[in-house]
Amino acid sequence: MTAVPAESVPAGESTTGEPSGSPPWWSTALHRMTEANVAVVTVLAVFCGLVFGAILIVVTTTSTLHAWGNVGSHPWHAISLSFRTVGTAYGDLFIGSIFSPSALGHAVSTGHGWVALFTPLSETLVAATPLILAGTGVALGFSTGVFNIGGQGQFIAGALAATYVGFGVHLPLPLHVPLVVLAGAAGGAVAGFIPGFLKARTGAHEVIVTIMLNYIILDLLDYLLTTKPLQAPHQSNSISQTIPSSATLPHLFGSGLRVNAGLIVALAVAAGASWFMKRSTLGFTFRVIGSNPDAGRTAGMDAKLATILVLTISGALVGLAGMSTLAGTDFFLSSGYGGGTGFNAITVALLGRNKPSGVVLGSLLFAALITGGRYMQAATGIPLDLTTVIQAVIVFFVATPALIREIFRLREAGSGKILLFTKGWAG
Amino acid sequence: MTATTMEAHVAPAAPEGRLVSVARVRGMGIFLLGLSLIGVLGFGFGVSGSVHATFLLSSPPAVSVSPLDMPVRGVCIPLAVVCALLGAWLVAAPPRRGSYAIFGAGVVIFVWSFRVWAARGGSLDFVQLLAGTLVSATPLVYGALSGVMCERSGVVNIAIEGQFLAGAFLGAMIGSASHSLWLGVLAGAASGALFGALLAFLSLRYGADQIIVGVVIVAFATGLTNFLTAQVLSPDQATLNSPNTFDPIALPGLSKIPIIGPVLFNQNVFVYGAAVLLVVVHVALFHTKWGLRVRSVGEHPRAAATVGIHVVSVRYRNVILGGAIAGIGGASFTIGSIGEFSSNMTAGLGYVALAAMIFGRWRPFGALSAALLFGFAVSLQSFLAVLNVGIPSPILSMAPYVITIAVVSGLVGRVRPPAADGVPYVAG
Amino acid sequence: MKLELAGITKRFGALVANNGIDLTVEPGEIHCLLGENGAGKSTLMNVLFGLLQADAGEIRIDGAAVRFADPGDAIRQGIGMVHQHFMLVPVFTVAENVVLGFEPTRALGFLDRQKARADIRRLSAEFGLEVDPDATVEELPVGIQQRVEILKALLRDVSLLILDEPTAVLTPQETDGLFTIMRSLAESGCSILFITHKLKEVLAVADRITVVRQGKVVGTTTPAESDEEELATMMVGRNVDLVVRKTAAEPGEPMLSLGALTLTDERGVTVVDHVDLTVRAGEVVALAGVQGNGQTELAEALLGLHPVAGGTIRLDGKDITGSTPRHALRAGIAYIPEDRQREGLVLGMSIGDNLVLDLHNVAPYARHGARNLTEVSESGQRKLSEFDIRATSVETPVGTLSGGNQQKVVVARELSRPVRLLVAAQPTRGLDVGSIEYVHRRIIEERDRGTAVLLISSELDEILALADQVAVMFRGAVVGIVPPGVGREQIGLMMAGAHEEGDPE
Repeated sequence: MTAVPAESVPAGESTTGEPSGSPPWWSTALHRMTEANVAVVTVLAVFCGLVFGAILIVVTTTSTLHAWGNVGSHPWHAISLSFRTVGTAYGDLFIGSIFSPSALGHAVSTGHGWVALFTPLSETLVAATPLILAGTGVALGFSTGVFNIGGQGQFIAGALAATYVGFGVHLPLPLHVPLVVLAGAAGGAVAGFIPGFLKARTGAHEVIVTIMLNYIILDLLDYLLTTKPLQAPHQSNSISQTIPSSATLPHLFGSGLRVNAGLIVALAVAAGASWFMKRSTLGFTFRVIGSNPDAGRTAGMDAKLATILVLTISGALVGLAGMSTLAGTDFFLSSGYGGGTGFNAITVALLGRNKPSGVVLGSLLFAALITGGRYMQAATGIPLDLTTVIQAVIVFFVATPALIREIFRLREAGSGKILLFTKGWAG
Repeated sequence: MTATTMEAHVAPAAPEGRLVSVARVRGMGIFLLGLSLIGVLGFGFGVSGSVHATFLLSSPPAVSVSPLDMPVRGVCIPLAVVCALLGAWLVAAPPRRGSYAIFGAGVVIFVWSFRVWAARGGSLDFVQLLAGTLVSATPLVYGALSGVMCERSGVVNIAIEGQFLAGAFLGAMIGSASHSLWLGVLAGAASGALFGALLAFLSLRYGADQIIVGVVIVAFATGLTNFLTAQVLSPDQATLNSPNTFDPIALPGLSKIPIIGPVLFNQNVFVYGAAVLLVVVHVALFHTKWGLRVRSVGEHPRAAATVGIHVVSVRYRNVILGGAIAGIGGASFTIGSIGEFSSNMTAGLGYVALAAMIFGRWRPFGALSAALLFGFAVSLQSFLAVLNVGIPSPILSMAPYVITIAVVSGLVGRVRPPAADGVPYVAG
Repeated sequence: MKLELAGITKRFGALVANNGIDLTVEPGEIHCLLGENGAGKSTLMNVLFGLLQADAGEIRIDGAAVRFADPGDAIRQGIGMVHQHFMLVPVFTVAENVVLGFEPTRALGFLDRQKARADIRRLSAEFGLEVDPDATVEELPVGIQQRVEILKALLRDVSLLILDEPTAVLTPQETDGLFTIMRSLAESGCSILFITHKLKEVLAVADRITVVRQGKVVGTTTPAESDEEELATMMVGRNVDLVVRKTAAEPGEPMLSLGALTLTDERGVTVVDHVDLTVRAGEVVALAGVQGNGQTELAEALLGLHPVAGGTIRLDGKDITGSTPRHALRAGIAYIPEDRQREGLVLGMSIGDNLVLDLHNVAPYARHGARNLTEVSESGQRKLSEFDIRATSVETPVGTLSGGNQQKVVVARELSRPVRLLVAAQPTRGLDVGSIEYVHRRIIEERDRGTAVLLISSELDEILALADQVAVMFRGAVVGIVPPGVGREQIGLMMAGAHEEGDPE
């Protein structure tokens, strides 16, 4: 492992070059906005992602493509049509995820539909819930030098365990729900333990093992969905039994909005993880092992145990994410459950610079993209996959702050370089 | 690794890149003994003595050969005994260069008896099974060679999966739109090279983490191909996503040889191309000036720099070339076999290819044997699904992934990658 | 070749590593560049070799100004360099390493291995540098590896050879051999630039000496006009006490005893072979030997960082064989690792955190699994002054400190526990003279407090200055235990495998 070069020392930096008292606030603000700090880089990365998405829309939409084909004769038409098309698509992103002006108009004029007004926000929060949980899990791994790409498998494992406990156990809600939550964590923990154990014992690289486990668990789910007791009775399709209402996460704002107690679990986990990494002794051990395992060993830390623990905990959090969607909104399993949550967890962890608070903000952003993307797909026919592309572009830029700095000619600053953790294949 | 060891202390036979350990070899021996137990009890005495299995050995254009008819018990028990003897030898004898070959032979014998058992009371088209193995192995060979190119120069290319997808997509689209399969191959190579260039640019110029960039490239390629499939291909399936596939070319004479003829010499250009590329990469890497320089950059970039080798250019070149190879491998998915692109069709095989490269110890022919093993697992799985041996198909389809995990977690022993693999190079 | 450096300046951020350096090497001259660690010698050589670009100044070869964009340019001008950290690819053969970048080829770029071997045999014979062209470099002893480095330069017909700290890995006898080669090269017209911080060697081999301190040239002299004391003063900028002041040891009970300790590496190859060794309370036992003869593994085994294949380790009579590092630390072992940046410190973390790496999870630094950051910071503050660590605050990341201050952080942490045995591996490697003096003083203080000290060093001077007993290791075995009084020659011979001829204890 290459030592991480220490970032420039912030102490004393703010006082240099400012001999006569503090400058006016606007000057400071301007100064901060033109240097490549974390916030500026992130905002510009999101901007670049949206620009890339816009270009993609223009070059793949028949009408705009046609207009650009005639750009010689009607230049203005091509430009305005492109802006209109992209504007409509991105407008739908916003309407679908945050707030719809027409719904407000409807509610004001009729006095009804106030709940519908908050539906987009509620949906964004619903989508953010698993992202916060899984993203925090992945971030925990990152800061310990472990790359958990097994999100998809751990997500399914968590959901699977939650489903079994959901329909297999009969308890009143106050007991059943906590048990389902625990089962989700346990399911994910098992799926995380395997790569952790293999890495610690044999040096198998967790990147390959976790990816392979994703496919294995997908196959396992397919198998279980065709067998008793998981498969819904009298069904030939591969879907599971539905969990009873005693096992579902209660809604927070009435049955009209889907936002549920899973969000509370997610925020509590994020807060707990933040404390854990900053203040707990185990979190300190994790951070030391993450940046210099040799020094950790020399100081008496057990690097192998830390690797196993962190992947298990990371898996447990991703498992909670699977539980949160299953017991919060879906209530039954189907083939390929969870889709891209594993990947999204990686992107929000990177976007949030491995800090739980950052993960929460990143999750809200990507949740809005996903929720809005669904609305956009329905309204304009532009595929939801566009948001995956936008997310990937954003993370490219977040992972290479130097690129943003060059494109936008920003001054150098602590741009939150992502911790370097690659250790090669031999572990 | 301690860089310096005294002459007198060096193990007599430590093959490059692999550390022989007594415990590991002993473990392999015990594993073989376990397999032979399964062979005797499960395959041998698991069926009645009168059950036979038939292997079909004929396939055009080869000279016709009569099917091989075998009593299951009569074949499985002797095979298990041989397997047990090999296992016992590994346990008893000290580790040597040939230990892994012996282990490999034991596993092959077990698989053979498993096949006989699986075909009990029926028949198995042996030639098709082998040909299927080769076809399944082909994209893996391309992917693993891509990995070899990149990692021998010190850059981890975990984006092979993304390059596969891009190559498969563009190969199908261009091959379909232009009615020229060769243009499709070219487009596949170009798309892979482009993603290689992106990986090189972000990690070499800006020092971004190679694994992160690689994973994001996969995500980007997945999203983009999904998006474009829905937005561009699907509305115009007939013109944009209906390429032909390359026909098999029977090599005159050779393809007539029984059994191996149709397997080896009646394949399409992707298979022949993989064979040629294997030899070229191997020879170039280990016998030319270019290869010596590439390997020095991957092992000790500063040493390379101090003799005037331009580390970053070497890496750029290799990563882009490697990307192109993976792109061709990607194209083989569409215009090599299936004939159209569908979302996520590479199903993680890019990562399996990476595992094949590791299994093959960063050597082209090592990677080939690993790719054949995986290819065999895939091929066998589809045959078993047809034979209906009583194992559910989702469980069977786990096989390549389980093998991959077994491989990386040390069935092969601790592997030793190029020393500077994945480590950013900073001059000065 | 006549080489002139004029006004070479190189900055790294605020740090000026080279400040207007002037240096002239005449044809056929052995020119020594003398300076302590961190004086800017290596930076200057990297500039000269094209690995770094100077911010100002000029390089002239035989009167003509040249610019080196990369080492290739320097090599084409006839400059060769033997690097302090060998620039050899460990898994390549000698032949492959020697020809790399200068490969003889046949048609189509195929390597001509035959010619490579023949060239190496010819050069080997010509300069008396015996080496097997087909041996794999990582399996060669460091002394032979250095020959490969020299061959690399010779193959390219150098007319100026730079040797960067070449004697660090050699026995005294091997050093003499190197000097002979250097002289014969110089006689054949090759200029030699010899970089070192060892005064004795400078006086033994140099035609002229240039001394640098803090990036500047302090002066130029010759061995005839100068002596060790004067050179040391020039190098450090003040009078230096060349001897460590200490009283005779008063050894007590045996604290550490090794009984037939045997270690193997991952391949099962024996690296430490039936070593019996006793270190008493209140004495310094030094493990001397050329790097790579098992000392590193032995030190690691004491702390439980390396598995034990056979034999026993006893600390104060208790068997601690095979214990975990955590247990070994708690049992009273303090450990200064060989490579402080890799094994001793987490560079991105603060001084305060690094000072409690070992005790972060026990009172008073933690309670019930939660860290007490106030206590970490306050005790860190106290240690800054107690151990003379120069830093603005305990929050400063350790990576921003100088090598000497980083080592003091390690020393501070290790000596803050109750210590019964101090294992110090290469404790002054790469440090400036001031820090070396400090670390040496601390080690002797620890000894006088009754701690048993096991010192592992490849610097013979350090061993002679600190040790009460010297155990010499060769190929994993202790070939003899002698008092330091037997002298450099004797110990040097033993480092090369000769068995002790002096008085056993």
